[in-house]
Amino acid sequence: MRTVTVVGASLAGLHAARALRSQGFEGHLRIVGAEHHLPYDRPPLTKGYLTGAVTAEHLALTDAQDEAELQPEWLLGARATALDLGERSVVLADGRRLRSDGVVLATGAAAVPLRGTQFLGVHTLRTLEDAASLRAELREGQARVVVVGAGFIGAEVASSCASLGHRVTVVEAGAHPLASQLGEEIGALCAGLHADHGVTLVSGVGVAELHGKDGAGSSAGQRVSWVELTDGRQLPADIVVVGIGARPATAWLLDSGLPLSDGVVCDAGGVTEVPQVVAVGDVARSAGRREEHWTHAMAQPAVAVRNLLAGTTVAGYETPPYFWSDQYGARIQFAGRRHAGDTVRLVEGSPSDRSFAAVYEHEGVRTAAVAMNRPRPFAHLRRELGRPAGTVPA
Amino acid sequence: MIPVCRIEDLPLGGSVRLDLDPPITVFHADGGLYAVDDTCTHQDASLSDGWLEGCLIECPLHAASFDLRTGEPQCLPARRPLRTHRVSVDDGTVWLTPAEEPAREKGDAA
Repeated sequence: MRTVTVVGASLAGLHAARALRSQGFEGHLRIVGAEHHLPYDRPPLTKGYLTGAVTAEHLALTDAQDEAELQPEWLLGARATALDLGERSVVLADGRRLRSDGVVLATGAAAVPLRGTQFLGVHTLRTLEDAASLRAELREGQARVVVVGAGFIGAEVASSCASLGHRVTVVEAGAHPLASQLGEEIGALCAGLHADHGVTLVSGVGVAELHGKDGAGSSAGQRVSWVELTDGRQLPADIVVVGIGARPATAWLLDSGLPLSDGVVCDAGGVTEVPQVVAVGDVARSAGRREEHWTHAMAQPAVAVRNLLAGTTVAGYETPPYFWSDQYGARIQFAGRRHAGDTVRLVEGSPSDRSFAAVYEHEGVRTAAVAMNRPRPFAHLRRELGRPAGTVPA
Repeated sequence: MIPVCRIEDLPLGGSVRLDLDPPITVFHADGGLYAVDDTCTHQDASLSDGWLEGCLIECPLHAASFDLRTGEPQCLPARRPLRTHRVSVDDGTVWLTPAEEPAREKGDAA
């Protein structure tokens, strides 16, 4: 393999590049990024970057050592628009065709917008530009902020906004926040964090429509004024942040012939139908699953790259999912694969103290672990999950 | 030198975090007492909450791992070493001598 093109200058793309070099690839390494930035770390965008604790420079994932070791050709601000499998070329928006022996798909996911949200003051949060624009508005003085969606992005943004002194309301369509990730019981506990910090959480209600100062509709250039909920309630809003999920960025692959289904369809090792094309990070649907977590984006590329260089699948990525969230001064950690209806069993601590570790069990088998402000027992539980079933002590 | 604790208060597998600037943690690992900067060089997490195995401490947040003897990172996402500090025991008291080299600025690490 003489030339490998990594499409996506992201955490996953960078780790794919590092894995290529550390696994002995000595050829030409291209990294294509739609954004104008070198790879940066996204988790702080909802937290320290919004509050001002860290600056954009602190988010950089690469350093001089990377430049020396990777010797990459960076193609930044270059959007890939197609993948031509016939000549194995990545096609860029400016018409360039990058012939490649191997291709790593690392285009990630994009924030799902709310319908008809052309109003000024309405934000999604995925990129550094998104965060910079929200941060600038948050600095213009106290505002009424409505956060749509109480998932990780929504909850962390709400927490940051509250810490900056803004009046925050969170609207969650589900009965409890984070129920799909953490289950109803733990989700209900997380709901309490909002109230602890003076943030109003409105659950079980959707957003009907956004309204501008001059009435409904979505005329560009008009500023948002209030949010209409499906039960008729009206929430005044100077700023609206929409955190209702992300979709894999696969539109550019529609004509490629690669199977797509909420992500790039690939096997457990990240290999697509074409052995010279692998998918990493958020965009990969590996063995029927898609993960949008930082840890997956960091660790899974090494497996996909191994398979790419081998020309066939020799390894699968088997590590159970792990993610964390920092909100309202609480650190929530989760690992494993829970099922709906799993029993939650407290291992130590107390939910009312906002400090506990618990496990999920399905027919007596431990499936996942969760903790709030209990990193040490959580580390223990997470390690046990990595062991084969049957060896987990009770 | 800074007094840390009595030796009997730091059993094998235990740690004591000192709220210095930057914080330093003394670990009682296999093979003895080791002191390193408490904050992971990757991101803001306290290694005193980490997982100690042999002479390796694993960060509780992203599972970066460091060798307590050298401070060297053993795996990603950490790429920069921790500062190590001298620990001594005198008449049953554990003492810390912080390294003179300055700590890296927070957020300096990739």
